[in-house]
Amino acid sequence: MCRLSAITADKYFSVMDNIRALDTMKEGHDGSGLGFVLKDLGGDFKDLKEYPILSGICTDSGRRKLDDYMKQAGFKVKFMWEPQICEKAGSSVVKRGHYLTTAYQYPDEYINRSQDEKEALLTKTRLRLRDEGLKNNSLYIFSFWPDIITMKEVGDPLEVGEFFGLDKKPLTAKIAMAQGRQNTNYAIDLYACHPFFLQGYCTMTNGENTAFVPNRDYLLRRNFPGYRNYKSDSEIFCHTLHFVHKRLGYPLRYYKDVITPLTNNEIDGRSDAEALRLIKKSLRPLCIDGPNCVIGFMPDGSVFMLQDSKKLRPGIVGGTTGHYGLMSEECGLDQAVPKRKREDDIFPMRYDFVVISPNAKEVQVWNQLKG
Amino acid sequence: MEPVKGINMMDIPLLDFPYIIRWRDDRCTRCGKCTAVCPTKAIVPAVIARRLVRSEGEIPLPTTVRGVEQVIKQVSDIDHYCTGCGTCTLVCPNMAIVPEHNPASKFLFHKNRGGVPYKRGGRRNDPSTSTLDKLKFTRISMLTDPALDAGRHEFYIRTLMGRNLPAEDIPLIVKDGRLIVEANKFIPPVREIFPIRIGGMSIGALSPPMWEGLAMGVTYLNEVEHIPVVMGSGEGGVPSRLLKSRFIKYFIPQIASGYFGWDEIIHALPDMVEDPAAIEIKYGQGAKPGDGGLLMAYKVLKLISEIRGVPMGVDLASPPTHQTKYSIEEAVAKMIQSVSMAWGFRVPVYPKISGTKTALAVLNNLARNPYAAALCIDGEDGGTGAAYNVSLDKMGHPIASNLRDCYLDLVKQGKQNELPIFAAGGVGKQGNLAANAASLILLGASGVDIGKYIMQAAAGCFGDEHNRCNLCNLGKCPRGITTQDPRLYRRLSAEKVAQRVVDVFKTAEMELKKVFAPMGRSTQLPIGMSDGLGVSDQDIADRLSISYVC
Repeated sequence: MCRLSAITADKYFSVMDNIRALDTMKEGHDGSGLGFVLKDLGGDFKDLKEYPILSGICTDSGRRKLDDYMKQAGFKVKFMWEPQICEKAGSSVVKRGHYLTTAYQYPDEYINRSQDEKEALLTKTRLRLRDEGLKNNSLYIFSFWPDIITMKEVGDPLEVGEFFGLDKKPLTAKIAMAQGRQNTNYAIDLYACHPFFLQGYCTMTNGENTAFVPNRDYLLRRNFPGYRNYKSDSEIFCHTLHFVHKRLGYPLRYYKDVITPLTNNEIDGRSDAEALRLIKKSLRPLCIDGPNCVIGFMPDGSVFMLQDSKKLRPGIVGGTTGHYGLMSEECGLDQAVPKRKREDDIFPMRYDFVVISPNAKEVQVWNQLKG
Repeated sequence: MEPVKGINMMDIPLLDFPYIIRWRDDRCTRCGKCTAVCPTKAIVPAVIARRLVRSEGEIPLPTTVRGVEQVIKQVSDIDHYCTGCGTCTLVCPNMAIVPEHNPASKFLFHKNRGGVPYKRGGRRNDPSTSTLDKLKFTRISMLTDPALDAGRHEFYIRTLMGRNLPAEDIPLIVKDGRLIVEANKFIPPVREIFPIRIGGMSIGALSPPMWEGLAMGVTYLNEVEHIPVVMGSGEGGVPSRLLKSRFIKYFIPQIASGYFGWDEIIHALPDMVEDPAAIEIKYGQGAKPGDGGLLMAYKVLKLISEIRGVPMGVDLASPPTHQTKYSIEEAVAKMIQSVSMAWGFRVPVYPKISGTKTALAVLNNLARNPYAAALCIDGEDGGTGAAYNVSLDKMGHPIASNLRDCYLDLVKQGKQNELPIFAAGGVGKQGNLAANAASLILLGASGVDIGKYIMQAAAGCFGDEHNRCNLCNLGKCPRGITTQDPRLYRRLSAEKVAQRVVDVFKTAEMELKKVFAPMGRSTQLPIGMSDGLGVSDQDIADRLSISYVC
């Protein structure tokens, strides 16, 4: 089973905080991998907010391919960061190649383009590079977006963190989401590792989405190039969030109404019942099923947790203003945010949608029954 | 040359007949019930001269005498063949008679006397395992995701009948963080129903107690059990009393090429207090593609003539095609719009076609028509009250691949949720109603229709795929299901039929849960969840794009 660890704060913190929290939840995962996404970056990236950062892994030939492509596309390297790899004897982590974290400057002709055009370019570039890399497994691209870093590797999460040297040369951010397991249900594929990121939206999930095929078939034909290459049933959650919030323009709270719709009787009790009834019908193929605790962040920096309609997975949210943790288990929260009022901890149930506002200002619990 | 006299070699031997009567002299009391009840008069009381052994004294002293004995004889007249219905067995007080299926029958070689092709009711006579029955549910949740409990968890076993707007086109605006539906925008009508419907079987084809029993059962399911089952009317209209009642909301009146009963329906419109569940426009029927309907004159009695708006005692033939048809746009688009308009666009209107290689053309036409509410495809295993045997046995397209092709075509267009497909024809053919329905749903159907199954389960229809009984076209149904003869239909109790209808749907709902629960599906009907299916036949797996398992 996956274990999830998300932290949001108003001050920069090291992603090692997440990884150590994952380590306390070790009994719940099989220590087979680590994936994390950082947003609102600190350290060397603090002053590079507007420059898209390419995160991935490549071999030497993949690097040449990448450099050639980016040069041809007009991207210029603004800043490069590489983890200080620390290979230890007996470690479960095997070095794969170069771990890329490179900030680029937009091509000249894009500098004054609209935000939409820039976003489309970044998505197109990421997908093109991913396709190229898949031809001989020379290049993995996890994200290409401003103020976002993604890293994924196979191995025990703590060992992966140390392998990246994050305990010595920390990567800091104000939002960090980490997940402690590869997709060991199937053959290991780095692209199947959570968290998943798309155009500012990010989710990770503890569970299994049994409605994957109908979900996937629906998203694949929504005329958006980013909805493809599904290697995990959980990638659906991120793309559905993107579709509902960005493409359809629904407020965030409707995300839960789409993936875990209320019963008709429950809908009758909502003031927006008429709209909900239509959404439930038209977005029927995006309803998820199976046990799932979903944690995610939004482009504006809100961080959330919600549960499947039967609440079949664990999840806890707790903290204080300016520092909150969203974890699979209480021990993880104790590790990440020890100083908090434990009596204020929230264990979201089937109707709850817990949202922490940007900069970890406050936590709100929306009850789906009330809208 | 004259044939030899005495033995007519042109007689048909009983061994050529599809069923052979096994009669037991020692058990028969000669009560005569079997011969009285036989719908085809295939058995008759007869006398034969034979040697009898008797012993009438105080001590056994057998003597032989020649005497005349009464027997039950099977006639060797092809017009009076034993259909194997077994009504004789049912009425026999002493278990003395039973028809036995004859696999070496040469029935079809003989059943064309007078140059008249064999006509019958029922469905395709193919007793082999259907494709639907070969499919297995192979994705079982256990450890990576806990299985659900069919008895404890909430399940949503409902589907949508009607056109769902694409999400991008729902007229919504955001106001104070909430979604509001814009006023005065057209939103197509959509009904939430149970995914198994009772398909169109007409009043006229069915006897009064059968139709009434189905209707009562459906109403009870809706009003008491809260299982929203809907039922088609078949061609020929709906009784005026039902049209004007609030219960019409559970029914789908059908408009077919004969337009029987539609004058009456249109005239009842001002007095209707509820809208029907939907309107079905029938262009084809799986059992007899390309054929029109036919209600024989002897079924057109007073009630039927009133409902259909025709004189009593005349053959009612519906043409094979709608006479207004000029092109697919004329036939489908205009009819859908006109019928929708009659109910103020508040009722889903959809066409029903027979399974065919050309289904995709119809589908794509509908996909582009914003008023088309669904498509119903009736596969080759669909049943009928009357058709040519050749149509029943040899015409049509199996439902599984036809449905799958259509669903995947909609997926390609991203419209799989906009236009629901209802699949029919052979659902529950071998008794596995819920499993067949679930298979079709996983292949992409929004719901399924049943006809033959409900007749077999709710009223004990004798028909099977060995051509048993199948007399629906003659008005001689020994069960009283497809006849307008009061002497026959009085055998059937509408109340008991209704009770069985309720049994069937309650069972189906539980069995669907028992299929979906281990697959980890409960919050939505798993339409198109083809990763849940497997089949141990590589060709079927390839054709349906599902996994091969062995």
